[in-house]
Amino acid sequence: MLKQKSLAKLLPLTVAAAGFFATAAVADVAPSDVVIVDDNEIPQALTDTAGDAAKGRELAVNRKKGNCLACHVMPIDEHGFHGEVGPSLWGVGGNYSAAELRLRVVNYKVLNEDVIMPAFYVNSNKMHRVLKKFEDKTLLSAQEVEDIVAYLQTLTEEQPD
Amino acid sequence: MKIKSLVISAATVALASTAYIGLSVAFDDDSHDWGDYQVEDRRSGYTYRSAETRALQDDEFENPGMVGVDHGAELWNIAEGSEGKACADCHGDASESMAKVGATYPKFNAASSKPINVEQRINLCRVENMGAEPFKYESGEMLNMTAFVKNQSLGEPVNVVIDGEMAPFFEKGKEFYYERRGQLDMACSHCHEDNEGNMIRADHLSQGQINGFPTYRFKWQKLGSVHRRFRGCNKNIRATPYKYGSDEYVNLELYLTWRGRGLPIETPAVRN
Repeated sequence: MLKQKSLAKLLPLTVAAAGFFATAAVADVAPSDVVIVDDNEIPQALTDTAGDAAKGRELAVNRKKGNCLACHVMPIDEHGFHGEVGPSLWGVGGNYSAAELRLRVVNYKVLNEDVIMPAFYVNSNKMHRVLKKFEDKTLLSAQEVEDIVAYLQTLTEEQPD
Repeated sequence: MKIKSLVISAATVALASTAYIGLSVAFDDDSHDWGDYQVEDRRSGYTYRSAETRALQDDEFENPGMVGVDHGAELWNIAEGSEGKACADCHGDASESMAKVGATYPKFNAASSKPINVEQRINLCRVENMGAEPFKYESGEMLNMTAFVKNQSLGEPVNVVIDGEMAPFFEKGKEFYYERRGQLDMACSHCHEDNEGNMIRADHLSQGQINGFPTYRFKWQKLGSVHRRFRGCNKNIRATPYKYGSDEYVNLELYLTWRGRGLPIETPAVRN
């Protein structure tokens, strides 16, 4: 009886562990393993799956995800109220490489430690007084970062005057 | 009375939505003379809001926060507790005894050796002098009594002591203001100092001045304390808020009150 009970307890753990290793096998780069080069670029993609620009555009609008529009003017006409906290993102695809854009989304504080822009791929354990439900998380998943980087690369047109 | 407040809230809902549309019109003009609502580079949240919202605050009959002030005025005269005393029994006419008082809090309290705000001063009075139960922090009674007391200082320039025994608490409040927190890893200063005046999506970032609290917010549809606002801000950046009346928030309140020195008490202010 006792043995059965402890087995029953163990079973979900084993399944969970298998699940963990299964996702680990996909080889997302963990936040702590991201390699920053010259304090300016992250040349290596965070996942094996190429970023999807269309998904990236949705993430840039989504208030619970990238919410880029909160602070940046962007070529996204169907939404009003673009923020003016950060610079316009028109043309960033022409002005920065994918590696440079990736660093800026992952952690802009590498470039400017005083910046308001959140680091989208740094574990929240490094931050102060994080709400419990956001503990031990990143703002975006590795794939979401890649999707946004892919989208930003399409923004090659400069903002019309 | 009930019908009147229903009409008022219907009007405010309508105004809240029109305020959004008129948002970027009213305030981008740096040369605008804001009168008492601006002292040097310090600007009341009033100056960031639409003309409709400002008009609603200015009209003492239409201002939806005045219902709470009126209720506070009633409470002022009601005897409670083991001593059978009302506020009025000791303090008389609030328009005289409380004039300017609201503009000077938080103040140092010798018994607890730390600053207290108006809410806490009211509860000290209730417990120690009236033998009554303290009000719950964000209760209607507490908000309305606080709003009533502060409203006696309407237009009075904010003037808070920050030196001497207040100095260490002021420093702690200042530290809080510049300390990053939450998953978004932001400090108060990132929005309200570095980006004051900028739009963050549909919201116009103000300096975060607190001279109008308790404030009637359209979002709340009622009066709320400045500590409620702190908690909302903290949760927005995914930070664990502190408790109502916590030392951390009283220290922050002290520091922010100082940042708004010279601005007029506007309680009850009307904001988005």
